[in-house]
Amino acid sequence: MSFVKSKFHHPRLPVNDLGLTYRDYEGALSTLCAGCGHDAITSAIVQACHELSIEPHKVAKMSGIGCSSKAPNYFLNKSHGFNSVHGRMPSVTTGANLANQDLLYLAMSGDGDSASIGFGQFAHVVRRELNMVYMVANNGVYGLTKGQLAATADKGVRNKAGDLSLFTDIDLCVSALQLGATFVARSFSGDKKQLVPLIKAAISHKGFAFLDIISPCVTFNNHTGSTRSYDYIHDHITTAAVTDFVPHKENITSDCNSGEFEDVRLHDGSTMRIHKIEEGYDSKNAIKAITDIENHKQKGEILTGLLYLDPNASEFHEINNTTDIPLNKLEQDILCPGNNALSSINDNFK
Amino acid sequence: MSKEMNTENNDTGIATKINEFVVRFANTNGTGSASANNMFAKAILRMGIPVAAKNIFPSNIQGMPTWFEVRISEKNYLGRRGGASEMVVAMNAQSLNDDIESVQSGGYLFYDSSRSLLDQQIREDINYLGIPISAICLDEYSDPRQRQLFKNVIYVGALAAFLNMDFDVLKNLVSDQFKNKAKLIQPNIHALELGFQYASEHFSCPLSIRVETRDLVKDRIMVDGNTASGLGAVYGGATVVGWYPITPSTSVIEKFSKYCHQFRIDSETGKNNFAIVQVEDELAAIGVAIGGGWNGARAFTATSGPGVSLMTEFLGLAYFTEIPLVLINVQRSGPSTGMPTRTQQGDILACAYASHGDTKHILLFPENPTECFDLGSQAFDIADQCQTPVIIMSDLDLGMNDHLTQEFNWDDQQKYNLGKVLNAQQLDEVEVYGRYLDVDGDGICYRTLPGTHPSKGAYFNRGTSRNHFAGYTEKSADYVDNMERLTQKFANSVQYLPEPEINQHESQSEIGLIFYGTTGHPILEALDQLKEKGVITDTLRIKAFPFHENIETFIDSHEHIFVIEQNRDAQMKSLLVNELQTNPKKLKSVLNFDGLPMTSQLIVSVIMQELSL
Repeated sequence: MSFVKSKFHHPRLPVNDLGLTYRDYEGALSTLCAGCGHDAITSAIVQACHELSIEPHKVAKMSGIGCSSKAPNYFLNKSHGFNSVHGRMPSVTTGANLANQDLLYLAMSGDGDSASIGFGQFAHVVRRELNMVYMVANNGVYGLTKGQLAATADKGVRNKAGDLSLFTDIDLCVSALQLGATFVARSFSGDKKQLVPLIKAAISHKGFAFLDIISPCVTFNNHTGSTRSYDYIHDHITTAAVTDFVPHKENITSDCNSGEFEDVRLHDGSTMRIHKIEEGYDSKNAIKAITDIENHKQKGEILTGLLYLDPNASEFHEINNTTDIPLNKLEQDILCPGNNALSSINDNFK
Repeated sequence: MSKEMNTENNDTGIATKINEFVVRFANTNGTGSASANNMFAKAILRMGIPVAAKNIFPSNIQGMPTWFEVRISEKNYLGRRGGASEMVVAMNAQSLNDDIESVQSGGYLFYDSSRSLLDQQIREDINYLGIPISAICLDEYSDPRQRQLFKNVIYVGALAAFLNMDFDVLKNLVSDQFKNKAKLIQPNIHALELGFQYASEHFSCPLSIRVETRDLVKDRIMVDGNTASGLGAVYGGATVVGWYPITPSTSVIEKFSKYCHQFRIDSETGKNNFAIVQVEDELAAIGVAIGGGWNGARAFTATSGPGVSLMTEFLGLAYFTEIPLVLINVQRSGPSTGMPTRTQQGDILACAYASHGDTKHILLFPENPTECFDLGSQAFDIADQCQTPVIIMSDLDLGMNDHLTQEFNWDDQQKYNLGKVLNAQQLDEVEVYGRYLDVDGDGICYRTLPGTHPSKGAYFNRGTSRNHFAGYTEKSADYVDNMERLTQKFANSVQYLPEPEINQHESQSEIGLIFYGTTGHPILEALDQLKEKGVITDTLRIKAFPFHENIETFIDSHEHIFVIEQNRDAQMKSLLVNELQTNPKKLKSVLNFDGLPMTSQLIVSVIMQELSL
């Protein structure tokens, strides 16, 4: 394995509207295990951001602790990143977003980071309707500490060392739906065709977008009996709906809602074209989405795809009535009331 | 109406005291007594007499005993004196026995005589002033809530007669207090008159303890430290706040919010030039401040002891990744839940070294609300200049009690100092940018904010060890280099911090007193008392950590050093010993940790004992 990324690239790599190639969206060389699902997520993020012509420096990459949280170092190296403490990425992202609402907050977390130590922070950032993309690279196992079971591991499975998962597993999509997330999807790191449009849609969505991405751990959770192994996922994955992402520039003139597909217009003018697979699928019904997830789980299946979308969602700054200028750009003359204002304040205390 | 206990108050011995005594109110919480007691204190203040008010309250909403101690002192002795009070206004049957005990010999017990006292509640050495307040209210009012609330106003009216207060001042106060609820003005004034009349008719007023109008308040105001801290944060330019309610810090954020709504709503759009979010816990509260600080907003949070414990991991991250933020710690009695509504200076070490690994934090120690305002705004400059958390060490006494303090003042010429932050143009001019390159040799490196430059200045902020370019490293040399730079930066930060306040006699004393924060309140009185006993002392008030070099000089140049503080374990003394090259044996402690503010009595008695005088 080489530890220096080659700077060579093909002179005719396709460029986007900003004149950037996908190489301009890459990060440092990954130090994750060869075959790690997280690297495929990284690659999907690079592709999505490149194709959407996102300005890299207008992105803030947020993460906590764990293999998943290392991943932001491996994409978008022209963006600022913040690797915070374990389970606390949501609060740091909240503060960052409060300070500057004009950036795109791409957050990467893991099952330990979000379903265990940070479950509270996860729940509350959903409630807060923070405008961000919250991705969980979910492998059901603690990689960096070598293979302990995560709270998302199915009850009754065994880890590689043979330890049994004794307690009820947490489904982060169900939690997000119950807590009011306005974009909820599940995908698989091995299905780039599904994952890239979902990431693009999550980025285009205004409000809180949650993406739970099954991302097998080749080292500690790819054994027979695991329900997060590549083989198991391939055999048990099912899709609620196939989604295409149509950017704003390729304007769809009329919303077509035939039985075949449904177009949902997103906040930034782009469109989500949804081809229903699942009988009775309804992207606007969060309660049904919860039921569908649970029903498939009963059958041993993992339901993926766009599970819920509220295209008219609000977000924190609307609720807070924050000024349109990012708070970190307000000048002293706006912020400081000055000495004159103190005289009436002083009088109140006499 | 029974008058049997109303001893004609021809004073069983107390000397006449004008403008120099303590009135202690004993009430039941949740009965509206606080606003009446405040009215009493404020009326004295408006008569031009310095006053200190302390609310000693339970961690409870309704039905528990609560006390309010008003010290009236034209000598400006505004700390707690200690000992019994000249007058106790005993309005709570639950605590009556204790309250009777708390009257100074020769002093007065003012009680509600609607119920007779028991024989064992009679002390021969004090004067009893019984007014059947409940009975008066029962006659006067039909609404139960009014019967309750006006009781309080009636006893204030009676006190006006007892103590010779200016009744017009009280009436004006009522008018001010209810200026937005005009229909309440007359009934309140009527209640004051009921009390005043009863007292005047049944007792020989005024008593031997009384007040006389003076002009000693000057340009001072009466305000609590939390209000001042919240206002200071508005003036300091704070825009991002995460917080979680905890006594006694809650009102810092409430007041910040109040003043933001007053001064920070955009007049054209009606939108907020601030964002305050009440989050799920203290972990998230400081996480929000860190995210905001990293992203270039002035961000803060406020908490108390248990919250500080929760915040320590994040404080370590902010220290190590060099993110500015302000944390206002309104200390209360610990450990654990401790006494949540009692004061202490018990978090000195927990804050100075908060978090695992080698960490040190800048601490500021305001003494009064004016300093809460000044330091509350300056702390943001300090945090930005030093790129690190700044912890303001307030306490419950300072934060929640009203204090007589200098008016707030702001210098309009003073500009925010945002420290070393590179903009896009500056980044273009820099040949090589590294987040942790010590370009200026002062240990403080240049920050960049997300979104500044399309191709330069981005870095990965991490709690892991890193090189000058914020890249992950496990190389020992890089790690050590970074840790040593942080040490250097911390030492250099002294230049941005307020210097200690030193009072040194020309012919230098052999005795030096060191104190900080609210421990300064009883010092003036203690010094005068020591002087009467022939003990002359120099004093030094610490205003910040890391310590200014003149603290060491002060210690070195005195034979005896007393460190006066409000905790059990002499935490500031430990910090001085740990950080300075000083002989630990030289430092003696004066400690008070009973949850109530330090008293001059205690300071004097410990010092006299230690000096074997």
